[in-house]
Amino acid sequence: MIDFGRSSSISVAKLLGWAGALFLLLPSFVIIPVSFTTHHYLSLPDEGLSLRHYQNLFSNPLWLGAIGQSLLIAVLAAILAVITGTLGAIGLWRIASRFGDSLRNLMLMPLIVPPIVSALAFYKAWVVFGLLDSYVGVIIAHAVLAIPYVIITVTTSLSNFDGRLEQAARNLGANAWEAMWLIIVPVIRPGILSGAVLAFLASWDEIVVTLFISSQKIMTLPKAIWNGIRDNIDPTVAAVGTLVIVITLAATCIRLYRQSRAAA
Amino acid sequence: MATEVAAGTSRRKLLPIGNRQDQVYWLFVLPVLLCLLVFFLLPLFQVFWISLSDPAVGPDNYIKLFDNRAIKRVVLTTLRICTITTVFSVVIGYMIAFTVAIAPPRTRSMLMFAILVPFWMSVLVRAFAWVTLLRSEGVINSFLMSFGAISTPLSMTNNEFGVLVGMVHYMVPYAVLPLLASMDGINPSLIAASRGLGAGPVQSFVKIFMPLTKPGIFAALILVFIMTLGFFVTPIILGGGNTVMIAEYITVQMQQTLRWGLASALATALLVVVLLLIGALSRSMDMRKMLGGG
Repeated sequence: MIDFGRSSSISVAKLLGWAGALFLLLPSFVIIPVSFTTHHYLSLPDEGLSLRHYQNLFSNPLWLGAIGQSLLIAVLAAILAVITGTLGAIGLWRIASRFGDSLRNLMLMPLIVPPIVSALAFYKAWVVFGLLDSYVGVIIAHAVLAIPYVIITVTTSLSNFDGRLEQAARNLGANAWEAMWLIIVPVIRPGILSGAVLAFLASWDEIVVTLFISSQKIMTLPKAIWNGIRDNIDPTVAAVGTLVIVITLAATCIRLYRQSRAAA
Repeated sequence: MATEVAAGTSRRKLLPIGNRQDQVYWLFVLPVLLCLLVFFLLPLFQVFWISLSDPAVGPDNYIKLFDNRAIKRVVLTTLRICTITTVFSVVIGYMIAFTVAIAPPRTRSMLMFAILVPFWMSVLVRAFAWVTLLRSEGVINSFLMSFGAISTPLSMTNNEFGVLVGMVHYMVPYAVLPLLASMDGINPSLIAASRGLGAGPVQSFVKIFMPLTKPGIFAALILVFIMTLGFFVTPIILGGGNTVMIAEYITVQMQQTLRWGLASALATALLVVVLLLIGALSRSMDMRKMLGGG
């Protein structure tokens, strides 16, 4: 551990660091209590707590529909991204050429391109493909945006994988497909799961591209929140926000738990 | 010579993966490659093509980028907001990362939690939370007014201040991660040696610790700046139309004035700047490590 010894300047620096951490937590400190307010307007609860905004959330078909749509789209997009991304990462790892490395970097593009540029590109292409405002269109777009996360996590897992295991399997008569299913996939499962969670979150959280390529039919949760913030700010959005925080935290905890188990 | 070649081939035969088998793995790569090519790279290229062909073929849209006053204003606003956000995010991020780097393990995990919770929090929910905090009937104003600290509410949303707060808050965790990676890479005995040779804590920090974190600072500055350039949600929600950045301007060109060529040229220019900065960044740091592979 780095030790600077005792000094008032170091203490001040630490204090500032903690202040920074509090600044980071401030929005969650606010949004969770606001969701339990008794008032119909945005405020911290001052006359006890109420679940009315959660009741409103779970009885309102608009919010429920949005949650359902978002879950469906995120699960399907994650599955698509995990299948193609994992296969691709394994293939590139096995090919291990300079050209393959450049291809891998190219596959990280959706992460690097600013969302507004991707949104423009998707919109124009989806007009051509006739995919605007369709489930298929949103799922494909989200899967494309999620693929880099899968490539990164699976590639990281593979870098710790002893390639000779796979060679042994191939020498003993397994073909590439069997070796992948029986040897590689079980060993890199933590990386695949981690990629799946990240891919799910990438879709679950996506707003900019969705706004561009959908209109009436597709109403994901982020889109509903977006409309909620712009039209009428009411504490139901805080309840939704709290729910989103809880689901995101749960997904992150699953990922960290898997990672710590994989490390142990 | 001949024996050498023979030995070479026989050695290669011992290795189980020959060229023929390697071909199989291209089939593994094919689906993802096709997917990205058809659904991402070609659409991006189409944007580039539109920027050169709509309304007429030629570089007109790019010339307009430089002599249109509205665009100049938007670009300047964007650069100003991004620069201020980057500086604040990296300074705050440095203080947090420093506190994490010298903290004992349990304090460290508490701080990491504080960093990662907002990192994973939806950008929309965060913007909404800041509206709740900052608007004139918001939490901060009613708190200050109940104490009589202010008599009229401070105006903190629908202006640049609100945008900056929201963006700095979004970017700080992205600054912390590369900074922390570079701080964790510092050998603790260097600091111990500097202390042992008579340097005070501040001197050890300024002369030893800080210079060693320079690559991290560089990476954090570029990473944050790149990400802020394309910001969409936060400026719209917290800026309320008064601080139009590039992303919002592109949207307006597309949806209201229908100037697709101009919107595409602006998007292409944005992408080129981002790619150039990424190139500078990848030379200094392992991109995959930084983009959250861990």
